Amino acid sequence: MTASTMNVDPSAIAMSNADAVGTGRVKIHSKDVKVFYGAKQALKGIYLDIFEHSVTALIGPSGCGKSTYLRCLNRMNDTIDICRVEGLIELDGEDIYGRTIDTVQLRARVGMVFQKPNPFPKSIYDNIAYGPRIHGIGARRDEMDVIVEKSLQRAGLWDEVRDRLKEPGTGLSGGQQQRLCIARAIAVSPEVILMDEPCSALDPIATAHIEELIDELRENYTIVIVTHNMQQAARVSQRTAFFHLGDMVEVNDTEEIFTNPKDERTQGYITGRYG
Amino acid sequence: MTDIAQDLPGTVAKRRTPSRYQSDEFKARLKARYNAERRFQVYGALAIATAAAMLVILLFSICSKGYLAFWQTEIKLEITFDPAVLDPSGERDPNGLRRANYQGLINSALYEAFPEVSGRRDRRNLRALISSGGRFQLADMVVANPDLIGTTQEVWFLASDDIDQFAKGTLPCGVTHEERMAGIPCTVPEDSRPINDRNIGWYDQLYANGQVDFAFNSVLFTKGNSREPELAGMWGAIVGSFYTLVITLALAVPIGVAAAVYLEEFAPKNAWTDLIEININNLAAVPSIVFGLLGLAVFLNFFGLPRSAPLVGGIVLALMTLPTVIIATRAALKAVPPSIREAALGVGASPYQVILHHVLPLAAPGILTGTIIGMAQALGETAPLLMVGMVAFIVDIPQGITDAATVMPVQIYMWSDLPERAFVERTSAAIMVLLGFLILMNGLAVYLRKKFERRW
Amino acid sequence: MNPSYLLWVILILTIIGYFLGQNRAARVADGRLHRLHSVPSYHGIYVLLWAALPAFLLLALWVAMESWLALELAIAQLPDRFTNVDARALSLLQADVLNIAAGINTGRETAPEVKEAAEAYNNLRSMGDTAIFFVGLLMGLAGLRFALNRISLELRARNQVESVLNVLLILCSLVAILTTVGIVLSLLFEAMRFFTWVPPAEFLFGLQWSPQIALRADQVGSSGAFGAVPLFTGTLLITAIAMVVAVPIGLMSAIYMSEYAPVAVRSAAKPVLEVLAGVPTVVYGFFAALTMAPFVRETFGANGLGLDVASESALAAGIVMGIMIIPFVSSLSDDVINAVPQSLRDGAYGLGATKSETIRQVILPAALPGIVGAVMLAISRAIGETMIVTMAAGLAANLTANPFEAVTTVTVQIATLLVGDQEFDSPKTLSAFGLGLVLFIVTLALNMIALRVVQKYREKYD
Repeated sequence: MTASTMNVDPSAIAMSNADAVGTGRVKIHSKDVKVFYGAKQALKGIYLDIFEHSVTALIGPSGCGKSTYLRCLNRMNDTIDICRVEGLIELDGEDIYGRTIDTVQLRARVGMVFQKPNPFPKSIYDNIAYGPRIHGIGARRDEMDVIVEKSLQRAGLWDEVRDRLKEPGTGLSGGQQQRLCIARAIAVSPEVILMDEPCSALDPIATAHIEELIDELRENYTIVIVTHNMQQAARVSQRTAFFHLGDMVEVNDTEEIFTNPKDERTQGYITGRYG
Repeated sequence: MTDIAQDLPGTVAKRRTPSRYQSDEFKARLKARYNAERRFQVYGALAIATAAAMLVILLFSICSKGYLAFWQTEIKLEITFDPAVLDPSGERDPNGLRRANYQGLINSALYEAFPEVSGRRDRRNLRALISSGGRFQLADMVVANPDLIGTTQEVWFLASDDIDQFAKGTLPCGVTHEERMAGIPCTVPEDSRPINDRNIGWYDQLYANGQVDFAFNSVLFTKGNSREPELAGMWGAIVGSFYTLVITLALAVPIGVAAAVYLEEFAPKNAWTDLIEININNLAAVPSIVFGLLGLAVFLNFFGLPRSAPLVGGIVLALMTLPTVIIATRAALKAVPPSIREAALGVGASPYQVILHHVLPLAAPGILTGTIIGMAQALGETAPLLMVGMVAFIVDIPQGITDAATVMPVQIYMWSDLPERAFVERTSAAIMVLLGFLILMNGLAVYLRKKFERRW
Repeated sequence: MNPSYLLWVILILTIIGYFLGQNRAARVADGRLHRLHSVPSYHGIYVLLWAALPAFLLLALWVAMESWLALELAIAQLPDRFTNVDARALSLLQADVLNIAAGINTGRETAPEVKEAAEAYNNLRSMGDTAIFFVGLLMGLAGLRFALNRISLELRARNQVESVLNVLLILCSLVAILTTVGIVLSLLFEAMRFFTWVPPAEFLFGLQWSPQIALRADQVGSSGAFGAVPLFTGTLLITAIAMVVAVPIGLMSAIYMSEYAPVAVRSAAKPVLEVLAGVPTVVYGFFAALTMAPFVRETFGANGLGLDVASESALAAGIVMGIMIIPFVSSLSDDVINAVPQSLRDGAYGLGATKSETIRQVILPAALPGIVGAVMLAISRAIGETMIVTMAAGLAANLTANPFEAVTTVTVQIATLLVGDQEFDSPKTLSAFGLGLVLFIVTLALNMIALRVVQKYREKYD
């Protein structure tokens, strides 16, 4: 991926970097990211920095490109034949679309939790153990047991399932399944966790559970979450980026964006005039 | 505490050094995983390649034998239409003319061409150069044109199957034609080939005189079956297949479409229609030979319908094709969006008018495609027809749906069992013709699907 | 008079009836068609149905009953000494009458009374045909007239026509049921007759199969001749070989086509599989006998690996049957694999699994029930396949698991027992129906279970 430096919009860079109040290390840096599905352009040049050990929320009306952007960060878009990505995305300063980067390695470092809980049709134990196993971690049984237990603990699921680790993961409730999927992602020890509307299929109680969990996870991981629920973004994130029609309109500290949006489109969306 | 795996006893927790996934150990493992990936992909490609190779070998093994059968060796002889033999009374009575001794004419022509041949055995061998169908050919000529009597004509005869095979090189003697002409004898021992050195000598002599030619094998496409390979044709089987398919079509399509319309559009959802549905799905997977048993027990033994007739074969194949037609029709009906039905109902059409005026015309291409595919299956089917007696040896071209007949696949089956080398060739040729028909039908189905493909 | 004339008459009556009905309706409406309950064309069809259906039903009934009725009447005329005999002699007598009536020389001395009966039979039939022609004609005309007279403004012609149509549609959808019932009854009936000669236990568990022995009248049903176990094992052996070929190749093809193949390869390979699926089985049989069997003999036989290979080895037939089933397995597996939701793939990719890891460790286990169902359907198809084995597997009923030996299968025996002359009173012919019954039950069970398994599997991911 070669970044096109011709059409750089200086204001966008300014917005993406200068406004950064929550000073942390930049974990992911994206510059002029464009995505095409066939002839249709889904992202029109995104500039966005994501800070380490913080939760960044991507909000915006449906079809605005926030999920598309998220799926660029661990190259999940590669699995779609007609999808083409341009621009620069760096993870710890390394171009993830560069030649030396391998998608398998990248996805091990940048985990993902999906909109609908998607446990494998295996036991709860095997669901968690699958990732470490393919990456050659925890080859010994006792090592793996530790990984499974810690992951489930960290996902807040351990107490509920400790006695039925051999039962299929598909037998859990929706909220439990989603926490299982988070545990599955954690078990690989990624640096970044991407969450694509992780609570959209869940009831309010399960949602509260997950939100709590996200807040705890922030300590150890860099989290990017796509949500259509603004309250959720306000509750869990430190920074929020507003996407609209394939553009990243505004990014700022969450508090700032919800109290004092600079762009009138952001304001319109937040106040519920459209979206 | 960033890394769960680093909590393991014995590992040292470190912060933000290059992650474990950037370690050399992981990279080595990754390489092994990608090798496994490539191996897996190669297995997949190999599987497809094997399937394709099998198809190529299958088609090649058939075409490489079959194409020879489209040509036939012919031998030219000077025939004297001797009035003393043909029409001693001079009445030109067609019945008398037909019964005359034409074989004698051919024999004398042969003896004249090879005056040096004498002795019973040699003469018998000599006579075997020409197909036994030669005398019928002459009879037809004379009956059609009695003026030939008394004249001398050059007539092309079909060679007997052994000579034909030898001429085509499928019964080799070890040396080429040119080498033989130059006097080099055959290297294959005489007792391990069906034609001996004398026969070969006669053939070479005829060839040198320009009395051997290769002509298009019209017998194959105009005649019925025969025990003699050079006289055996598949026209009877083609006609039989045609009649059988007409019956199948006439039964399977109306019944199948009606059943599908009922099940898809009118049937209430209850245990009874569920039963019909399960039944149709299972019927689609019943072995074809069981349909043959049904035909034998019910249509031949119980109803007393004629054996070997396209009527019974067609009924059996119709029952066998019915599930295909029903399933295809239901799929086509399902593809018509409900909005069309609602629109028609909304202007006051009765449910039957909705179906007849709107749904069926829109579903017609899909029904047609399914029907053609079902007919192609029926055309290639053999086993159930063996059970209802369509395996009989039938020389005449069937004239109707109750005449004894055979069909192309059964003809292929029967020919494949015959020992003569020439029948192998003809079996392959018959397969090529059958495959040609099937490709035509399936091509038509694909064309219709492409042409009328509609996205709602 | 040939009954088919009546068919033509009925056809003409329907056309006349249609137009008469339409005209009458138009005249009744007196130019203001909206006053009619139904449009004139429905009145036309109404008259058409009245003209055609009764006469047609009569004709169908007659054609079905004709020969039986005439035969019964003709036999009834015979003196008692002919008819007061046991069932077998009576059926022989009936056959004689029918043969003489058809002008076939029975090769036996026949009593003049029997000749008379045959003559009576022919007379009865031709008289009946003539009578039916006129009765049918009268019924058609009467129906036509009746329907015409009923045409009025109020006649609900459309509703009546549609209810007749409804009955027709239901009848058509019952044909499938009737076919199954016919299969079950005919197999059961003939198999029961077979089991009066050979006890079922001997048939199902006997180790010796040689139906020819029973041809000798004094040895009918002699012990051990109808033990079908060698046929079952032969069928299983060939099916197993076929599955060893078809399942890996078919499954891997499906995986490669749906997950890896570039568009060009896919568009080239799809027709290959379609053609393989469309090749008639008789062609595969020819290929097996003429190309594969010699190849197997060359490769493994005395000139190759030096094994003892029969000329009609199970291996050749099994391999070719496997080739035939490849497209079947592949298209079924393709459906099954595509039914695995994308979210599962995403889940695995998201963890950093490679494509093959995703397929082997997530997709295939998820698709396993569906694949098992597909393999069961493939097995059922292999068991029921006839032509390949008939042409390439031979008739030797060997009880062996050696793929290089010749074996025979259930379908081969059915085909050979019933081709050519059949005597429906010998266990040799009837045993085919016993085998057919076993074949039907086994394949039916496999299909039902497989369809259920696949359906359950699909519901899980819908």
